[in-house]
Amino acid sequence: MNRLRRTPIDVWFEPLLIIVLGVGYFLWYRSTTLTPTEEASLGWSTLKTTILDHIQLTLTATVFVVVIAIPLGILLTREKVKPFKPFAINFANIGQAAPAVGLIVLLTMWLGTGFRTAVVGLVVYAILPILQNTIVGIDQVDKRTIEAARGIGYSGIRTLVQVELPLAVPVILNGVRTALVILVGTATLSTFIGATSLGTLITTGVTLFLPKLLISGAILVALLALTIDWLGRLVELFATPRGVA
Amino acid sequence: MTDTDRTVSGASIRLDGVVKQYRGQTKPAVQKIDLEIEAGHIVAFVGPSGCGKTTTLKMINRLIEPTEGRLFIGDRDVTGEDPDKLRQSIGYVIQAGGLFPHWSVQKNIGAIPRVLGWDKKRIAERTEYLLDLVGLDADTFRDRLPKDMSGGQQQRVGVARALAADPPVLLMDEPFSAVDPITRVRLQDSLIAIQHEVAKTIVIVTHDFEEATKLGDKVLILSEGGKIEQYATPEEILAKPANAFVEEFIGSGATLAHLTLSRVKDVEHEPVVTARVGDSSQEVIGRARAAGVTWIVVVDEHGKPRSWPSLDEVATKDTVSDYIDPRLPVVAPSSTLNDALDVMLAASQGGVVVTDGRGVVTGSLTIKTVMSVVRGQLDEAREGDGHVSYTQHAEGSAT
Repeated sequence: MNRLRRTPIDVWFEPLLIIVLGVGYFLWYRSTTLTPTEEASLGWSTLKTTILDHIQLTLTATVFVVVIAIPLGILLTREKVKPFKPFAINFANIGQAAPAVGLIVLLTMWLGTGFRTAVVGLVVYAILPILQNTIVGIDQVDKRTIEAARGIGYSGIRTLVQVELPLAVPVILNGVRTALVILVGTATLSTFIGATSLGTLITTGVTLFLPKLLISGAILVALLALTIDWLGRLVELFATPRGVA
Repeated sequence: MTDTDRTVSGASIRLDGVVKQYRGQTKPAVQKIDLEIEAGHIVAFVGPSGCGKTTTLKMINRLIEPTEGRLFIGDRDVTGEDPDKLRQSIGYVIQAGGLFPHWSVQKNIGAIPRVLGWDKKRIAERTEYLLDLVGLDADTFRDRLPKDMSGGQQQRVGVARALAADPPVLLMDEPFSAVDPITRVRLQDSLIAIQHEVAKTIVIVTHDFEEATKLGDKVLILSEGGKIEQYATPEEILAKPANAFVEEFIGSGATLAHLTLSRVKDVEHEPVVTARVGDSSQEVIGRARAAGVTWIVVVDEHGKPRSWPSLDEVATKDTVSDYIDPRLPVVAPSSTLNDALDVMLAASQGGVVVTDGRGVVTGSLTIKTVMSVVRGQLDEAREGDGHVSYTQHAEGSAT
């Protein structure tokens, strides 16, 4: 009971929103009749593949971003590498500041079209939030706590793994969550370079003027983003060590 | 700390021409320092801010690497040793304990034993022993998180963690500067009691000269650049300041300094009549009258004080109440008379209850006793200063 009351609002409010939106869409989807053209994109078997492709694209990109940005962020907080921090952040900034469509289309000139290029584009685009949060998360750990760790005889690595990272976890995970949500949305653009995603529904809907496709695409992306955001929130809640506010 | 039967588990520390020079600065942060700290002693480093006392302390466990010179702990030259290994064998306490906020008390204390590969059972036993040593109930505190404890309690756990692997040397960097004055006195007394039991070599950095004289067997006074102005016992420093710098540094504090040098255990205590919760009030009052006192001390089953009601107050109930007086003034034998006076004034009382190292009531001390010590010192000082008194004055010779 007490635990329930202490649970932050967003943890239970967000799934409520997801359910309302999801059930609404489901009811509409079952009752509507599709023309053969619409059926080609919105038929369940095609739709399912599109959704799964979108998720696959997002998750693959996320894995790469996490694997690149977190270690890089950690490295940039180490005393010896610190001078390079502004450069790295500037580069990551360029990645995010560049218009996503432009970035992804530009990459095709170099890497060709398809899934791989889409992943690379998304990774470049989403590095910044995780990199920045990793750096901030580690830098905000009380310097005296670190001094105490070194003072009692913890090596630099042990201090990092047992003290700095656990205390930085909430901030880092927050960055991962932000990146995930950005990725779910941005993944729609991959349709321009021949990788299937929910963006395909939207572009087809716009070009052929099929509002059902357009709206389905938009709602499904939103649902996916909300769900992933919520799952990320849960992970954040449970991975945050006790004793860290 | 002159007991001869004490087995010293500490090790001596020697700094041999140690210098710290930061790049890009013309003056060294600490100029060539030679220092020898005897095993089993407490030495307090004191001086104005920027004097290099913390730098010197941190050079002992090489958190700051000396630019020049050699360091010895016991007979071991540790200048070239692996710094992490070295620090595992030196306890380290910082302000507010420096506990890891995401770990329970037990996990904090086990930090180094885990690295050293102790098994769980041994760590648990050690934790229990150490919590008891620093005056915390193991069952209550073992699983607490730092944020759920007061500053004083965190500081105690910090000391327990530093002692976890039984290091011969303990370094403390302004450990008590973040707690309120009453808690500070308790922590200082507690440290003296702990030192009595474990006999480590302790180096403590403080900016408070009074704290230095209370805790230190010897006090090291430093001035800017880590220059040693005087290194001697508190008594010597107060009696014979080495130079003008020391004189000015100990300053006004020196007037009442003897209150800091005399301990509660050095003066006479008055006996007290104690009673347990639930004793018959009439019987207790009878005993108190027979002993000629007007108040009693109510103690718990361990002999620790709960309250000190007057006989009139006792008479208002049939049996002795389990009331706990939150403002009960208590001092330890190692407290200075200055502490005792502070505690009395803070509690607006004319006396304090004296307890031994385990918190058991042993007697009481009144403001009269403290004042007679002050008066004795004033008389002594007056005799010594060579001034002509009112009665001895020859008329017309005033300048």
